[in-house]
Amino acid sequence: MTVSEVNKYIKDMISRDGILSGLWVKGEISNFKNHYSGHFYFSLKDEKSVLKCVMFRSNASLLPFVPEDGMKVIIRGYVSVFERDGQYQLYAEEIQPDGIGALYIAFEKLKKKLEAEGLFDAAKKKKLPYLPKAIGVVTSSTGAVIRDIINVLSRRFYNFNLKLYPVQVQGEQAAGQIAAAVRRFNELDNVDVIIVARGGGSLEDLWPFNEEIVARSIYESRIPVISAVGHETDFTIADFVADVRAPTPSAAAELVMPERAVVENRLDSLKLRLRNAVMKKTAMERLLLRKIEGSVAFRQPLNKIYQERMLLDVQKKYMQKALSALNTNYRNKLSLLAATLDTLSPLKSLARGYSITKSKKDGSLVRSVHAVSIGDRLEINLMDGRLGCTVESIEEDSNG
Amino acid sequence: MDNNEVTFEQAMAELEEIVKKLEKGELTLDESINFFRRGVELTKYCNRKLDEAERSITMLIEGENGVIEKELPELDQGR
Repeated sequence: MTVSEVNKYIKDMISRDGILSGLWVKGEISNFKNHYSGHFYFSLKDEKSVLKCVMFRSNASLLPFVPEDGMKVIIRGYVSVFERDGQYQLYAEEIQPDGIGALYIAFEKLKKKLEAEGLFDAAKKKKLPYLPKAIGVVTSSTGAVIRDIINVLSRRFYNFNLKLYPVQVQGEQAAGQIAAAVRRFNELDNVDVIIVARGGGSLEDLWPFNEEIVARSIYESRIPVISAVGHETDFTIADFVADVRAPTPSAAAELVMPERAVVENRLDSLKLRLRNAVMKKTAMERLLLRKIEGSVAFRQPLNKIYQERMLLDVQKKYMQKALSALNTNYRNKLSLLAATLDTLSPLKSLARGYSITKSKKDGSLVRSVHAVSIGDRLEINLMDGRLGCTVESIEEDSNG
Repeated sequence: MDNNEVTFEQAMAELEEIVKKLEKGELTLDESINFFRRGVELTKYCNRKLDEAERSITMLIEGENGVIEKELPELDQGR
């Protein structure tokens, strides 16, 4: 037989084996090589032995994670022989993380999925009420968590209102109960903030808070949710979805309720500032009023009137003076005119012996001999009366 | 929860706003007095809110006719 024939024979033998043609193998990955071809080459080992493995690209590309050295896994595949090297190996078709590794992978996977869906969006986070009327708590009714929360709240704000919805916080029932409790609070609408809490524990213990159903119930809650799971270093999916993550249950109690003394101080200081501001304002206005009251106008309100009256008197005097001056002036002018008029008066001429002749017919003045005919009747005005006359003769001056 | 009434937080915020406005001193006397009155009302309201709630610690239990609230026995007191 040739080498090739031996290797081929062994390969055929192995292929016919019912167990080797489909099996699950548990172990730890080592010598992992992610070949550029897309195939994975690695070894699977336990405490005693090593098994060569290969995973072809067609399967490798479907894996939701990249294996790495030290990872504990369970591999589904078949055993066959690589004839060229005379080497049998496990042909992996599917790799499942084992134990903690599996949880870790599932955590990462869900986190990625929910993040992509927007369940962690900061914009979707609701604001906590400053002074909640009632606080809903989803946790176990026994144990330190609820006691811690009650103690912290009692210290901060004695007259608080807390409603506990008791649930299992670990085990298979836990996730469903926690999610149902959050939904129930939303249905009842009897609290204005919800704390979802659990004390510290192993990754497996905290696992319910990494379940999708819990994440969704928190995301869908109209009431703001504070997550408080495990210790400061533990991060769960619930923490990412919650509106606020508290590092511990006690911290959640501190976040949810202000200290009464702090609130009272704030209120007192506002009250004081309010009063001071208004007092300052009124004081200022009063000052302004005093200033106005103190002004001359308010002190001697008649002063202005007196002054005006004095001015008026002066003006009146001026006017009277001007008027009387005007008067004298006119009187002088008048006597002068009267004198002139006197000299011009025809009466004076009449007194001197002149007379005025008028036609009796139409009253017109007779200035010429041509204006009258023989027999016309005339009226002659003298200084002291009139004469009625008839024209008897007309003589024209030769030089006239 | 009845959402119609002003929350403690809203009342505080309004009060703070009023104080700031008054402190600026740009209001007329009438406006100042009106705001002051509102401010006094708000402080009274807030004080009332602080004392309004009664201490109550209960546990919700699903019964046949819906949820019942049972008083939670106070564990050790941190007071």
